[in-house]
Amino acid sequence: MTDPVNTGVDFLAEEEKPEFKALKRKRFSVVIPLSIAFLVWYFLYVILSTYAHDFMSTKVVGEINVGLVFGLLQFVTTFAITMFYVSFANKKLDPPAEAIRERLQAESEGHRS
Amino acid sequence: MSTLAIGDFVASGVDLLSAATTEVENNPVLNITIFAAFVAVTMFIVLRASRNNKSASDYYAGGRSFTGPQNGFAISGDYLSAASFLGICGAIAVNGYDGFLYSIGFLVAWLVALLIVAELMRNTGKFTMADVLSFRLKQRPVRMAAALSTLAVCFFYLLAQMAGAGGLVSLLMGIDGKVGQSLVIAVVGALMIIYVLVGGMKGTTWVQIVKAILLIAGAFAMTIWVLALNGFNLSTLLASAVDNAAEGVGEGVLNPGLQYGENPLDFISLALALVLGTAGLPHVLMRFYTVPTAKEARRSVVWAIWLIGAFYLFTLVLGYGAAALVGADAIKNAPGGVNSAAPLLALHLGGPILMGFISAVAFATILAVVAGLAITAAASFAHDIYANVIKKGKVEDSEAEVKIARRTVIVIGAVAIVGGIGVQGQNIAFLVALAFAVAASANLPTILYSLFWKRFTTRGAVWSIYGGLISAMVLIAFSPVVSGSETAMIPGADFAIFPLSNPGIISIPLGFILGWIASITDRTVESPELAAEMDVRAHTGFGAEEAVEH
Repeated sequence: MTDPVNTGVDFLAEEEKPEFKALKRKRFSVVIPLSIAFLVWYFLYVILSTYAHDFMSTKVVGEINVGLVFGLLQFVTTFAITMFYVSFANKKLDPPAEAIRERLQAESEGHRS
Repeated sequence: MSTLAIGDFVASGVDLLSAATTEVENNPVLNITIFAAFVAVTMFIVLRASRNNKSASDYYAGGRSFTGPQNGFAISGDYLSAASFLGICGAIAVNGYDGFLYSIGFLVAWLVALLIVAELMRNTGKFTMADVLSFRLKQRPVRMAAALSTLAVCFFYLLAQMAGAGGLVSLLMGIDGKVGQSLVIAVVGALMIIYVLVGGMKGTTWVQIVKAILLIAGAFAMTIWVLALNGFNLSTLLASAVDNAAEGVGEGVLNPGLQYGENPLDFISLALALVLGTAGLPHVLMRFYTVPTAKEARRSVVWAIWLIGAFYLFTLVLGYGAAALVGADAIKNAPGGVNSAAPLLALHLGGPILMGFISAVAFATILAVVAGLAITAAASFAHDIYANVIKKGKVEDSEAEVKIARRTVIVIGAVAIVGGIGVQGQNIAFLVALAFAVAASANLPTILYSLFWKRFTTRGAVWSIYGGLISAMVLIAFSPVVSGSETAMIPGADFAIFPLSNPGIISIPLGFILGWIASITDRTVESPELAAEMDVRAHTGFGAEEAVEH
């Protein structure tokens, strides 16, 4: 889906600019550890539910057992990761991305006129 | 959405209706009235929404004018199919804790979409998944492969929904027999065609929003009701579920292993397909293009996560509530088996009116999901195969492309009606499992590689998509889902040489490995300029498709 309009932007040079590299690094420095964490936690939960029946069946309070608590904790971590990521992305990713985008737009409009 | 539950549900739909009309005080006239009211309201909305459907952007992406919260509701509408509601409630009511595992897989999967896929896809794509996958690779082979896997996922998903609709509506309307059910499937197909033809993405999105609100509100009301009966104490509810558990199960409903105790590897395989499948479902991905920016795409996923998460928490209460108030034995012995848990609970709580309402909402859910799938498949055919592969991107105006998309909708509707009638009473788990497995095996590896791996080549994409697609389908064909078990599609035969009912544990790694091997052994170098352009665009949103002003 290449843009038929020549934007006049040298993407190869753009990709090497420090502000773009910093933006990517910032995104990955949060997204990669978070993704590893939630996948490990999810599969730990799946494997415990599959192979550690006795442990998961241990009662905690009343009829509520470890398995149910862990299951509800999956909901809690999902909501927590969502909120954390959104506030991170709004504060740390959007402003630099917007700055680069606006500069590129100005440059490509200058190129066309 | 629950892969196993929908199969049970549809397989038992036929018996369900005969006894439901007798044992349960079902009221077909009431049900038809509630359902007709839903169709009338949504049709009105679709007509109003469709007044500005002119360009391809209007038709496929609703003019990209939806807000994050609106799209979040629509995503929830697409994702929470009737099987997710009826299936998970039933699975928890009968299999207890093991049913809860479904909810968790379906929810956690959204983190893959939020953290990795949604924003970058929104920034680089236009209408379909193939837009992103073919951005920096050779257009025609990659588009063709991506479009075929999109069509495959949509087709199997669609068949399952159509047959599910047949079973459910027949139950609600008290229509018995093969001819009556076929007629119902034809009506569902015709309604879907009208929604999508008239309303395009905008109309379809509004149907999803209305349906999501009704479904979540209905589930919420029932949840509060169940909790109120148990003094708002979860432990009391669980104790009461244990008391009413089936013979010899007792405490077992609270512990893992009731359903998957015997074949643990199968559950791990299913868990893998669930968590990785969502971010590769084409009808979910296409929703990211209905919002104006990547920021709104992010907001919409956040709304979807909250709504879907809340809904799955409700199903936990509703499932155990059905076990406690209706009783697991009563549910199992009811004509619909496990999948009648939610309607039976509604009947127990609020009588025939609540049951009619809940059942109509469940049906509306199927109709909306079917419409969402149809527009995704039509967009993929018209935009990817017709405009870019057949016409090589030289379509004079987007109106011609939309015309093809509209015709495709009619063809898809007809195919779905015929297919839905054909698979009546068959094991639909086969079809939905296939859809999820294909999405995770064929789509996700290529999405991740093309977004994050420079060295990825056209050959890698083609191998990965076709490899994932074919291996998932072949493994399912030789699994216990098709033959060699009591619940198989072909009960007499036994050629089940693959022991697992979900192929994910084999086909997903295979999709990743094939994409990697085919790329590193490929000596052709893909355009570094395009790779750089995609990288810059994905991360900054420069040059992203913008909202249409009317």
